[in-house]
Amino acid sequence: MTAPKRRWFDDAAGPIVRPYAVSRGRTREYGETLDLLAVIVGRAPAWEDRRWLDPEHLRLLGLCRRPVTVADLASELGLPLGVIRVLLGDLHYWGLISVRPPQTHVYAHDERILRIVLNELYTL
Amino acid sequence: MSYTHFDPAVAEPESQVAIKLLIAGGFGAGKTTLVGTVSEIRPLRTEAPLTSAGVGVDDIVGVEGKETTTVAMDFGRITFRSNVALYLFGTPGQQRFWFMWDELAKGAAGAVVLADTRRLADSFAAIDYFEQRGLPFVVAVNCFDSAPRYDVHRVRTALDVDPDVPIILCDVRRRESAKLVLVSIVEHALRLAGRRAPAR
Repeated sequence: MTAPKRRWFDDAAGPIVRPYAVSRGRTREYGETLDLLAVIVGRAPAWEDRRWLDPEHLRLLGLCRRPVTVADLASELGLPLGVIRVLLGDLHYWGLISVRPPQTHVYAHDERILRIVLNELYTL
Repeated sequence: MSYTHFDPAVAEPESQVAIKLLIAGGFGAGKTTLVGTVSEIRPLRTEAPLTSAGVGVDDIVGVEGKETTTVAMDFGRITFRSNVALYLFGTPGQQRFWFMWDELAKGAAGAVVLADTRRLADSFAAIDYFEQRGLPFVVAVNCFDSAPRYDVHRVRTALDVDPDVPIILCDVRRRESAKLVLVSIVEHALRLAGRRAPAR
């Protein structure tokens, strides 16, 4: 019988992989920079795609089965925004996600929406 | 990047509406506390260039080739039942993070400038920025236990802000108070939106 393997690192030790290692050192994504609140919708990758996609790409795809913002994805995966943007740029390039531009600038002046927010805040 | 077709006029307004608010103010003015009091605060990291301003703060000995550093931003989200989500982004106070402000301000409905009466001058930069951009903002004076109390009128004079700009006293550790800060900025944004588009 062998002794159970002891983990010598934990979350407190910080990430054991440099952030940009998961983007293979790339700091620029394909295409335009994604807005923080752009909405990402992914599609399930085909079985053969799963074999060559990186784990981070797959995790991202798993998280965006439902529409989700770039900021939420970065927060959820715990990776810096720049890294998330590179990975999302890849997925978009491969046609695995669609990107909706954020409508924040429209809603920012939309009285109806602002009233909804106000009412919700009152009842919070 | 080409966006897939999305027409806001056709899309149901109730689907995935995001409203963005910024929380600005000097270092230690209570931005993190405010975001944490009213919303589910979540970690969000981004990169900032290492500049000479970071000397003495960021130890770069041995990594002189390193050009960026990772910084944590205050990020919170309140998801309402009506499918509207309110996103709060704390704008990093230190000068070397100014490059991020334009991105954060894009599409924002309004901003809160948190002020500390002991260091009012720390909020000047944020006030100038929002005035220049024409972004609706309110000044929320965070009443720290040890800080001198001034009435709103004196704070307004000291900050030299437009009489239109709401100034409120708050204690962002208290949920009700923090909520009222958000209420006041949304009310203000609503007022200004009404002026932009005269009654239909």
